[in-house]
Amino acid sequence: MKYVDEFRRHDLAQKLSRAIHNEVDRGRQYNLMEFCGGHTHAIFRYGVQDLMPDNVRFVHGPGCPVCVLPVGRIDNAIQLAQQHDVILCTYGDLLRVPGSGRKSLLKVKAEGADVRMVYSTQDALKIARDNPGREVVFFAIGFETTTPPTAVAIRQAQAEGLKNFSAFCNHVLTPAAIQNILESPEVREIGSVLIDGFFGPSHVSSVIGSQPYEFFAEEFQRPVVIAGFEPLDVMQSALMLIRQLNEGRHEVENEYTRVVSRDGNRKAKALVAEVFELRRSFEWRGLGLVPYSALRIKSAYAGFDTEKRFEVPAIQASDVKGCECPSILRGVKKPTDCRLFGTVCTPENPMGSCMVSSEGACAAYWTYGRFREAATTAREANA
Amino acid sequence: MSAKAKRFPQRLNIRSGTIDMTHGSGGRAMAQLIDELFVTHFDNELLRQANDQAAFDVPAGRLVMSTDGHVISPLFFPGGDIGSLAVHGTLNDVAMAGARPLYLSAGFILEEGFPLVDLERIVISMGAAAKSAGVPVVTGDTKVVERGKGDGVFITTTGVGIVPEGVNISGDRARPGDAILVSGSIGDHGVAIMSSRENLTFETTIESDSAALHQLVAAMVAAVPDIHCLRDPTRGGLATTLNELALQSGVGMQLTEDAIPVRPAVSAACELLGLDPLYIANEGKLICICAPEDAQRLLTVMQADPLGAEAAIIGEVIEDAHGFVRMQTGFGGSRVVDWLTGEQLPRIC
Repeated sequence: MKYVDEFRRHDLAQKLSRAIHNEVDRGRQYNLMEFCGGHTHAIFRYGVQDLMPDNVRFVHGPGCPVCVLPVGRIDNAIQLAQQHDVILCTYGDLLRVPGSGRKSLLKVKAEGADVRMVYSTQDALKIARDNPGREVVFFAIGFETTTPPTAVAIRQAQAEGLKNFSAFCNHVLTPAAIQNILESPEVREIGSVLIDGFFGPSHVSSVIGSQPYEFFAEEFQRPVVIAGFEPLDVMQSALMLIRQLNEGRHEVENEYTRVVSRDGNRKAKALVAEVFELRRSFEWRGLGLVPYSALRIKSAYAGFDTEKRFEVPAIQASDVKGCECPSILRGVKKPTDCRLFGTVCTPENPMGSCMVSSEGACAAYWTYGRFREAATTAREANA
Repeated sequence: MSAKAKRFPQRLNIRSGTIDMTHGSGGRAMAQLIDELFVTHFDNELLRQANDQAAFDVPAGRLVMSTDGHVISPLFFPGGDIGSLAVHGTLNDVAMAGARPLYLSAGFILEEGFPLVDLERIVISMGAAAKSAGVPVVTGDTKVVERGKGDGVFITTTGVGIVPEGVNISGDRARPGDAILVSGSIGDHGVAIMSSRENLTFETTIESDSAALHQLVAAMVAAVPDIHCLRDPTRGGLATTLNELALQSGVGMQLTEDAIPVRPAVSAACELLGLDPLYIANEGKLICICAPEDAQRLLTVMQADPLGAEAAIIGEVIEDAHGFVRMQTGFGGSRVVDWLTGEQLPRIC
């Protein structure tokens, strides 16, 4: 397949692997956080870790939109579907995310709530057009990549005069989250996990550009390399990060030049700015309240804002006891450090959000990588 | 013809008629539906006897029996429809014991309001599939449910067959060292179904691989009677089927990604939708596990059959207390190939 196979070539992977082995300083550790779940998925699916030296460690970050959505917002969506008799449209991987009391959208759907899986905001708009007598709510989640399509849908709904469509906005912002991780006391504390450098997001950066990372690369003195989602991209970017660290540099570099520019997609950014504004703060699963880290719909578009059309209470819900998702999302713990991992928490029966999405660190460990270490530790601990 | 004309003064209005509750009531309307549609298109001696059961002699050997409910959406898809699928699915389940399928039964659950023209199309396709496989549908049942309580049509088929002497194929017989073969490219059926889903239409030339595999199996069994395992990787795809076999046999497996045949159009569709071809359903492929010394002979026999032309050896059975299916990736790393979690897409067969 053209434009894909080139980035998965075995021979180039071997070459890069040799270059990385030659570049690393044997006397130190390299802890590199991939912020995005897309990178986590690629690392596991292609077995990238096998091609890296032992002292290069991938730390899996919180860039999985499903994983960072707090339980309370899932509960809100469940309430909307159950109590307000709306048609709730959602992306597929949200269906199984556990809310409070082990409820999920999939379970309330089975109980009769009208929950529908959509592939795009356009599907949700079509459902609204086809059901003029029903309220249709689009469960909008995701980072900067999925925000522009939500903006398009809202503008389109306004242009068409759709009276029964609204978006339950949960869009969040990447740079704020990275900054929060670096400021977290656990991460800064000596002896705890140190993150030496970051793989910058691919698709998110195609929208926001590379410029927004410049501040914290400088402020926290950590190199950032914006990396594509293919396995060769990940390896090339790892090499670039290792070089920067060896040379004592902390710059924003762009490996993903075939897509990402410094300014990003100006049109998409303008569209987002037209429809959304910053929230003062927003709860992230694992990170807690993060200031200015999420978007809400501007009052000019209040008619399409689910939080204005319905009563959507702030719900303080806690994670399952023993679930280490919060620490895993910050890279402080590995999935195998969690007592629930592989014992009561599996992709079939997820307790925490990291086990739900295929981009979640726990699901990726479990699905692709557990033969390395996880199975033995989890099962023996349980035996 | 004249006898029929007397029994039912007006023929079924196939062109614009629909199923109503009387077609399942046991009365004249049901008799007419059976007579003019099912008996006409499944035509065979046992069915014409019009009994509530079919009685036949059974050859010597072990009798195998398998049943399969078909609820696919959409009913018609590139490369097949629910009718041909209902025949192939059950024939293949019977054949995976190394058996020669003999007879089929078919149970229809029809929804009130279902167009007769669609039902006729399905029944014709089913009759043609049975005829070309040489396995007649000898008994059946028809029920009608109220509008909204079904989804057009559901078909359950049951098949019986005979296993030749000396053949003992079972999912628990994989042994470390055994070779793992697949009969051709994977993921065609699932991608064909996805491409015709209402909210997911994309253009592709991929057709479902739905096919009856019993003749391929007969050739394989004739060449190597001691095949250890055979299974068709339907729902859950190659990955899930191999995990089932690993669990049943208490072994692990080691696959080579580059050896697994996948059509470029299937890889492209999977890439686009974020799916993995290893988990996509097939309806005309089989997995075969055999002793290493038999692998090459079986591969040659498989490749000589049109349904096995792209057959390949994709890995080997290994010892592993955890029962992991692992894969050497084309990229050069390794990973687990786990069971399918959740659903990749609903109602594919």
